[in-house]
Amino acid sequence: MSLGEADIAALFVTLKLAGLTTLILLLLGTPLAWWLARSKWRYKFLLEALIALPLVLPPTVLGFYLLITLGPNGPLGSLSQALGGPSLAFTFTGLVIGSVFYSMPFVIQPLQNAFAAIGNRPLEVAATLGASPLDRFFTIAVPLARSGFLTAAVLGFAHTIGEFGVVLMIGGNIPGETQVLSIAIYDHVEALEYGQAHLLSGGLLLLSFLMLILVYAVNRRFFLVQR
Amino acid sequence: MSIQARFQLHRGDFSLDVDLHIPSRGITALFGPSGCGKTTLLRAIAGLERCPDGFLQVDDMQWQQGKTLVPPHQRPLGYVFQEASLFPHLNVRRNLEYGLKRVAVTKRKISLDRAIELLGIAPLLARKPHKLSGGERQRVAIARALAVSPRLLLMDEPLAALDVTRKQEILPYLESLHRELDIPVIYVSHSPDEVARLADHLVLMEAGRVSASGPISEMLTRLDLPLAQGSDAEALIEATVAEHDEAYQLTYLDFPGGRFTVAHKDLPMGTKVRLRIIARDVSITLERQSNTSILNIFPATVDEIVPAGSAQVTVRLLAGGVPILSRITRKSAALLDLVPGKPVYAQAKSVALLA
Repeated sequence: MSLGEADIAALFVTLKLAGLTTLILLLLGTPLAWWLARSKWRYKFLLEALIALPLVLPPTVLGFYLLITLGPNGPLGSLSQALGGPSLAFTFTGLVIGSVFYSMPFVIQPLQNAFAAIGNRPLEVAATLGASPLDRFFTIAVPLARSGFLTAAVLGFAHTIGEFGVVLMIGGNIPGETQVLSIAIYDHVEALEYGQAHLLSGGLLLLSFLMLILVYAVNRRFFLVQR
Repeated sequence: MSIQARFQLHRGDFSLDVDLHIPSRGITALFGPSGCGKTTLLRAIAGLERCPDGFLQVDDMQWQQGKTLVPPHQRPLGYVFQEASLFPHLNVRRNLEYGLKRVAVTKRKISLDRAIELLGIAPLLARKPHKLSGGERQRVAIARALAVSPRLLLMDEPLAALDVTRKQEILPYLESLHRELDIPVIYVSHSPDEVARLADHLVLMEAGRVSASGPISEMLTRLDLPLAQGSDAEALIEATVAEHDEAYQLTYLDFPGGRFTVAHKDLPMGTKVRLRIIARDVSITLERQSNTSILNIFPATVDEIVPAGSAQVTVRLLAGGVPILSRITRKSAALLDLVPGKPVYAQAKSVALLA
């Protein structure tokens, strides 16, 4: 048994979506996580709670609000249209925007924890050795938080691959455009194509497990070295 | 040349309020009990602690004037923390190079090789910090701070986290820095022993304030200060190696009040050394004793007497103008009729050569 054309397309859409989402989250999330780890702002917890929302919210709720925001009458959708683009609902771009919100806590939280675990001291030492704040960030904070970056990247990637509810709400099911693996599996099951469903599900299971093994193995080694 | 620092800082129950003027040469010890603000003051000098109304001038460099301040990474200083705080992701050599690389080539006065040699860490260069002992880590941290060719070296209890053996391992290195490098050091400590061995100048702190400040030998023997009141009161005397006696294996050391005899020490003539005389080991006689095993006897005059507990007194003597402390019983003081100005003889039962 082999993958059909639609399944292969779904695999590529999924990997592209997860890769892009992870990249965007790492770029946006790193400064945000750094700020969250270092700031003494008293209302910081409000922002932390907001970022953690996707952890507990039913994906359909998040998807519903995103649909409204991204649709032709929503603020982002109409903005996109005003700039000559399409409405963002049922597009790959829309999926990326949705995934960024959906996977945000899985990237921000490991980064924030990793930055917080460094503490002040190494950065103060670097300052007394002549390193400017930006210099300290790149030569001390980033290398010392490397296990946090790995955890963030793998969890963000894996979680985006496993996305279902949000995609269903805002992406629809356009093969080659917005159809991702989790939805392809659902379609196969609906059509009683259990063989195909097994193949895709088994593949996802294995991939997710391997990625988590990587995270835990590296973190274990990292913590042993630290001590 | 000097260091002038004025800082005020309030944080909960604690407040720091200092106005300090210290020489910018030799080792200045900030000494006081835990929580008296020594570390906070040191951090303020480094710029790690923000004091909005501070003022700080080090020689010709103004580092802070009110809200205008030079950020820590632009101050030519070295800072050694209580825990070595080496960067765990870099090996020893790259830890050392971290600061060095960020110093302009024209401003490098101490080469990496010199710093490595002074602290004796050449065999450790390829190791990662977690493979080092506590003492080795601290030596690397000191070398790392030296490698930036600092104009001021700040050390925050660099030995406090180490056990006695490790302390003894590092102290000689600190003493050699003192002898061989002309970098002013501000050294935070709550150990009288470290202060006696290392400091030239002493700043006493208490509850966020400077209670006294002055040259070490003067501060140790000032009877109005807590150092001279404790049971381990002592005097420090600067002396010079004058002669070696091969037959008896002795070394003679001159100071303005006379000549000390100590066990042979292999030091060149003219070497400046520091002697420590504990007040309990100094007795007082009215006439020079000849039938005694004690060799170190000096004519002196009584300068000041204060009670130490109910049964004892501390007597400050001047031998050739150099202060020496003697701790004797109140009864002895009365029998000898000791009063300020009276000529006596000080007998030191034991003398420790510090460096």
